[in-house]
Amino acid sequence: MLDADFFRRWMTATALMVDREAERLTALDSPIGDADHGSNLQRGFNAVTATLEKEAPDTPGAVLTLAGRQLISTVGGASGPLYGTLLRRTGKALGDAAEVSAEQLADALRTGVDAVRTLGGAAPGDKTMIDALVPAVDALGESFAAARAAAEEGAEATVPLQARKGRASYLGERSIGHQDPGATSAALLVAALEEAAGE
Amino acid sequence: MKMLINVPETVVADALRGMAAAHPELAVDVENRVIVRRDAPVSGKVALVSGGGSGHEPLHGGFVGPGMLSAACPGEVFTSPVPDQMVRAAAAVDSGAGVLFIVKNYTGDVLNFDMAAELAEDEGIQVAKVLVNDDVAVTDSLYTAGRRGTGATLFVEKIAGAAAEEGRPLERVEAIARQVNDRSRSFGVALSACTTPAKGSPTFDLPAGELELGIGIHGEPGRERRPMMTSGEIAEAAVDAVLTDLAPRSPVLVLVNGMGATPLLELYGFNAEVQRVLGERGVAVARTLVGNYVTSLDMAGASVTLCEIDEELLGLWDAPVRTPGLRWGM
Repeated sequence: MLDADFFRRWMTATALMVDREAERLTALDSPIGDADHGSNLQRGFNAVTATLEKEAPDTPGAVLTLAGRQLISTVGGASGPLYGTLLRRTGKALGDAAEVSAEQLADALRTGVDAVRTLGGAAPGDKTMIDALVPAVDALGESFAAARAAAEEGAEATVPLQARKGRASYLGERSIGHQDPGATSAALLVAALEEAAGE
Repeated sequence: MKMLINVPETVVADALRGMAAAHPELAVDVENRVIVRRDAPVSGKVALVSGGGSGHEPLHGGFVGPGMLSAACPGEVFTSPVPDQMVRAAAAVDSGAGVLFIVKNYTGDVLNFDMAAELAEDEGIQVAKVLVNDDVAVTDSLYTAGRRGTGATLFVEKIAGAAAEEGRPLERVEAIARQVNDRSRSFGVALSACTTPAKGSPTFDLPAGELELGIGIHGEPGRERRPMMTSGEIAEAAVDAVLTDLAPRSPVLVLVNGMGATPLLELYGFNAEVQRVLGERGVAVARTLVGNYVTSLDMAGASVTLCEIDEELLGLWDAPVRTPGLRWGM
């Protein structure tokens, strides 16, 4: 079973990974976006860990809703509302249980991903974070490691796609051949799950 | 890349501190990143709130003042502001007559303003929204996030601002803003890429001897790259692109807008060519504005925006305005 502490570790691990990969995310965002994805997420997740240290919510749902709200308040751009909604809606779906199973997390995360799809209007294949999140959620029933692998594969599979959402969409065919920065950061969030579980 | 900054992290806050010092008629909240008309809320007047990424100065903070915006929310460089800023701005300027959010059509701006509108309504503030999407370079909008909001933002903010100043109700101010957007089209070109402080190098690679046609305002590349053209050829390309989508039956407002690093000498010369092409295409010009208004940091280049105007809108355009970036008649 996964408790609030696990979810705090998940957020902390994500923040560390985003810190470590910020330059790479920004480099990916440079040819097809506006070269700030790394620094924007870094600002957001640093704010998340700072808030979690201060407020220490005691249920999994509360950790994620607080983290989501913090991202919406600090990131800006499209990533703020999208990642914020992902975590907030996942947290809400977890309810106020003190501990949740991996299956419950998978179900809740699916609700969160659906909320992101509704908000951003993106479908799989549009070259967005959805391309990493959907396969990750599907594989989560198996293991955290399988989810990480699926998310990474999903992110890599965005390379040959033409972007249809977000700023990269304005490049038309010229967006082809670049890995989507949003799918790449989404894969980090999923990889951090495995790290939080100590697997 | 040399820049007149301290560190990239404080660029926006530093600019706001400097703006506050230069413009005591504005209340600048550096910490929360909200720029407000000092006399707000103005009793009985609809309030206009806009915002977007920083780096497009004077848009939007430079357009706060009597006759234009009530408040502006600057985000990080090229990153939309967060909902908290807009809610704070709306609360500061709402007199009870309602607030109009003027939003450029970029995913981040749209999402954050949508969230802000919901939160503001929860606080009992009546909110209307208008989406600016004037960029004709985006033609296949079924496969993109839709047309970008660019130069027409200035037209919408000025004309709707004048309507609000006259005391018109929210539905009417919103309708006018929508009308201005519907009648406006833009097209932009870049002669160089711009450099964001965070990245420190050009956001895309544009070789000497080439230009990018159909750019947006975030340093994102356009849709087509061509060998360098003359000012006259660029004017033909830009005006014709706009006119493929707008067939004005009345005189137009013209905005010849610099992207930040193109001097006025070139912009005025370019405007001469724009006016020539408009004349050749049989388009009458009512008013022309030339300058750096909706910029992309240090990008060289220009955009052309036309707005088909009628007597009512022209009267509102000519109405007095007093802001750091646009000022006439008072």
